[in-house]
Amino acid sequence: MLKPYITAIFTFFLVFAGFASAEHNGAHAAESKDIKTEIKSYINHHLQDSHDFNLFELNGSHVGFPLPVILWDNGLHVFLSSAFHHGETVAESNGNYYTLFHNKVYRTDAAGAITLDDHQHPTNVAPLDFSITKNVFMILVVALLMLWMFGSMSRSYKSGKGLPQGVGRFLEPIILYIRDDIAIPNIGEKHYKKFMSYLLTVFFFIWIVNLFGLTPLGVNVTNNIAITFCLAILTYLITTFSAKKDYWMHIFWMPGVPAPMKLVLAPIELLGTFIKPFSLMIRLYANITAGHIVMMSIIGLMFIFKNWIGSSLSFFLAFVLSILELLVAALQAYVFTMLSALYFGSAVEEHHHEEAHH
Amino acid sequence: MEIPKIVGAGLVVIGVGMGIGRIGGSAMEAIARQPEATGKIQTAMLIAAALIEGIGFAALFAVGD
Repeated sequence: MLKPYITAIFTFFLVFAGFASAEHNGAHAAESKDIKTEIKSYINHHLQDSHDFNLFELNGSHVGFPLPVILWDNGLHVFLSSAFHHGETVAESNGNYYTLFHNKVYRTDAAGAITLDDHQHPTNVAPLDFSITKNVFMILVVALLMLWMFGSMSRSYKSGKGLPQGVGRFLEPIILYIRDDIAIPNIGEKHYKKFMSYLLTVFFFIWIVNLFGLTPLGVNVTNNIAITFCLAILTYLITTFSAKKDYWMHIFWMPGVPAPMKLVLAPIELLGTFIKPFSLMIRLYANITAGHIVMMSIIGLMFIFKNWIGSSLSFFLAFVLSILELLVAALQAYVFTMLSALYFGSAVEEHHHEEAHH
Repeated sequence: MEIPKIVGAGLVVIGVGMGIGRIGGSAMEAIARQPEATGKIQTAMLIAAALIEGIGFAALFAVGD
């Protein structure tokens, strides 16, 4: 019976490692606190959008490439983000000086002075920022990737060989799944076709962007609430503008309930139309953000423990979590598409006679 | 002010966990009874779980801010 011995040895090592790390923490409490704040600030930094594409740091120097900064400040100012030197220097453009403060651009003087108010918010003028930031850059990359993938797929169909060649062969079952298991059951045979393009686009966009977020590139497009807000607004607009009269009747004058109840239900239903896209926005944003925070915290454990057992534990957990995040990346894209289809379906649904008797 | 917030969020997360657990368990039972309806049950399960999950995240963000 070898198994109990192995378990015992393993437990011993775990306990030992726990004591060792506790002792270590006691001896170097100040140092470990420093590391904790550093990990925290690193995670916060990762969750923010940035003006340059920073891949990693090597011996204190940043490895990556700059992205264009486009500002509208009584005239167009265009320069590369390398002028900021990662927020350490002041960039000069057509006589104006700009500096970075918490990854936001502010107008400043030649010395780079930032004045703060009581709430630690800068009082400097913030110009309108149309920069190609890291998020915008990744959205463009994913857009080009999708154009290439689906362009080659449609060309392959047009050549009349039946089965698509190359990447299309992988994509075809997914597209069929979205059509047959998401669009048709929720929207109905009659109307599903005009929503297919949006559903497919939003599914593949969210999925590919989420997958990019899991690579070591440090991309975090769907971690940005502005982007999920835009996606949710698109769903809301399509639902509202494709709505038929039955949809509005179910909101403002619910059939089949007594008149006083109709008056109560109308504001609730009206509020519901806004809550639906709002929950779409929060769900995607929060899921991906939470995943990134947990992942980076687990990797950060390695630097807190600083022994082989803590590191291997952190590595193992990060590995398992990565597999889970692969699932979450697809699941969130699926849920977003599914709920969008559900809302479109309720918008175009036509009045059933049997419903009137309820 | 910090501790009530955190305890409240913890309670919400316990509730969310129980809710999603029940959805998953019931879906398992339903699939065991009717394996041919697996696809439909899974879809309904995912939608319900996603809706509950949103509340849990709302609680977590209340703590975060």
